[in-house]
Amino acid sequence: MRSRLLGIIRKEFIQMWRDRFTLGMMLFMPMMVLGIIGWAINTDVKHMVTAVFDQSRTPESRELLDAFTNSQYFNLDYHVNSYEEITRLIDGGDAKVGIILPPDYARSLKQQRVAEIQVIVDASDPLVATSAINAANAIGQVGSLKIASEMLQRSTGRVPPQTPLDVRVRAWYNPDLVSAIFIIPGLLSFILMQTTITIVAMVVVRERERGTLEALIVSPLRRWELMIGKIVPNIVIGYAQMTFALLFGVWVFDIPIRGSLSLLYFLSLFFIMGTLGLGILLSTIARTQQQAMQMAYFIFVPSVYLSGVLFPIEGMPTLAKTIAHVIPLTYYVEIVRGIMLKGIGLSYFWNHLLVLTAIGVVLISASILRFHKKLG
Amino acid sequence: MAELDFDSYAVITQGLTRRFGPIVAVDHVDLRIKRGEIYGFLGPNGAGKSTTIRMLCGLLDPTEGSGYVLGHDIAAEPERIKERIGYMSQRFSLYEDLTIRENLDFYASLYSVPDGIKRARIEQMVQMADLAGREGTLAAHLSGGWKQRLALGCSIIHKPELLFLDEPTAGVDPVSRRNFWDLIYRLSEEGITIVATTHYMDEAEHCDSLGFIYQGRITAQGGREEIKANALKGQVIEIECQPMREATIFLETLPGIAEVVRFGNTIHAVTEDRNLLPTDVEALLNGEGLKVNRVEVTIPSIEDIFVSFVGLADRRSLRAQLKRMREGGI
Repeated sequence: MRSRLLGIIRKEFIQMWRDRFTLGMMLFMPMMVLGIIGWAINTDVKHMVTAVFDQSRTPESRELLDAFTNSQYFNLDYHVNSYEEITRLIDGGDAKVGIILPPDYARSLKQQRVAEIQVIVDASDPLVATSAINAANAIGQVGSLKIASEMLQRSTGRVPPQTPLDVRVRAWYNPDLVSAIFIIPGLLSFILMQTTITIVAMVVVRERERGTLEALIVSPLRRWELMIGKIVPNIVIGYAQMTFALLFGVWVFDIPIRGSLSLLYFLSLFFIMGTLGLGILLSTIARTQQQAMQMAYFIFVPSVYLSGVLFPIEGMPTLAKTIAHVIPLTYYVEIVRGIMLKGIGLSYFWNHLLVLTAIGVVLISASILRFHKKLG
Repeated sequence: MAELDFDSYAVITQGLTRRFGPIVAVDHVDLRIKRGEIYGFLGPNGAGKSTTIRMLCGLLDPTEGSGYVLGHDIAAEPERIKERIGYMSQRFSLYEDLTIRENLDFYASLYSVPDGIKRARIEQMVQMADLAGREGTLAAHLSGGWKQRLALGCSIIHKPELLFLDEPTAGVDPVSRRNFWDLIYRLSEEGITIVATTHYMDEAEHCDSLGFIYQGRITAQGGREEIKANALKGQVIEIECQPMREATIFLETLPGIAEVVRFGNTIHAVTEDRNLLPTDVEALLNGEGLKVNRVEVTIPSIEDIFVSFVGLADRRSLRAQLKRMREGGI
């Protein structure tokens, strides 16, 4: 028994080592994703090209425009003299935002009338639009309050109390609200799941396709020895991928790891066992590598959208929430975010550990039972 | 069940049957394979050879009937059987991304060959398969004949008592086929029982005993010489005669002749019994005004015998199928 199990584990390692392409893909996939998220994607859009049509040309109007510049969201690159020019710049994609101040801006302020400022946003890109609208609204509100308090002071001679409301939002765990920090742990978990499921399913289906499975079935090798022999090397490779991803993330992107690394590695074992069990289960159903890939996608799609990797589960309807809670990735993403971003310990994860273990045991047992040592 | 003599027989089956849906792939097959012999299991493609072998190896469950391999019931104790047999299929079951030595090493561990003798055993297989000096070559880089010998090495690395070879020579060149059978003889001399399926009728000459299977049924079984001497009820009469076309048509209508086959310049007429003599045939042909050069009894080929067990209606298509296999090397 020892000889058979060790034999198959050794064989799997040699085959993995020979298949450099798959090995490379597996190790470098997380780096690619980290690179894309870290360097290319930024959901918080700043320095939008802005065209200004200031018909007032007064110290008051310049003060307001400075507020736009200072917010860093707007680069006032174009100063134009007509409404048509603004339209042309936005239509042509040269400017994303247009600001139009009325000729009577300063006068309106002095006469305590409402001064209407028009902000035109190219909403064809929703991220740009959201950013611009939020920033413009904030500038408008802050400016209004400032002007109101100045007027109050002038008319009554009293220094007004501080603005009536002072809401301060504190963003915990991710103080700069960097979206990448939220997304990266989730995506790394997803990639780990994707690669472990795919590779183990491929490895088993390939044996079936090439006819070597027949030789294994006709040998005294036991079902569980075959399954464990396939799982163990893939656990090692899963850990290798994780380590690569963490090193790269920490060194290149300053991804924080606030909690215990050994806890992260320990809990990851239960997740990987589940995904490998799922991969082997797929391989007992699929007849060809292509079928295995297609089936895997049926797992990947709900996993990535419903597990909270990209969108928070809290906002999902009940059915989606229910599905989310049988997806192993949901639990693992919470673990990874919890350890990396919040630095919380095992006491928060007993439930997760229990669920992941249960899923792993069910999947691995099911795949051992489903894998008959028969051909027909 | 007095006939279950496990000391004399390595394989015994009784009414062994396997169905795939409505198709009966193996139909009540009774096999008797003696210990120590080379048993040739002959039949065209799709006759049920591989399905039978797979049931004996525990790869498939029988739908009906029973089978015993080395004294173990194939339905009840397949795992006990697996430890004591070797199996080599026409797909060779090698890991192409492993080297020769790694393949042998893996199969040795699969069959729990003890560490102490593993090295020597691998070395022995390398020598046998004539692969010395190539131990580090990937199996993918070997040509057909070498792959075949390596696959044989992998399947006997644990010194099985019984070796199943399922179409071991399919798709291999004639020289490699001959070398391969030389290896099989040597294994047989060491006392290993060998069961080989083949659709090459000429390979029957290598076997001690033969079993013919056609459309899932065993049509004849027994010692090779015994089969050759007695299996054919009639005789094969070889005729050289002009014009051949007319002669063939005439012979086909002749009562007492089961089958007429043309081989190059000669016609083989298989008679239904031994009452029809060559002289009778010659007289009949002369009576038709045909020019007869030669008429004599010839030794039946294995193929003649095989075909004679098949229903009259199927003979022509079976001959054609066997001819295609011979020529196409499939």
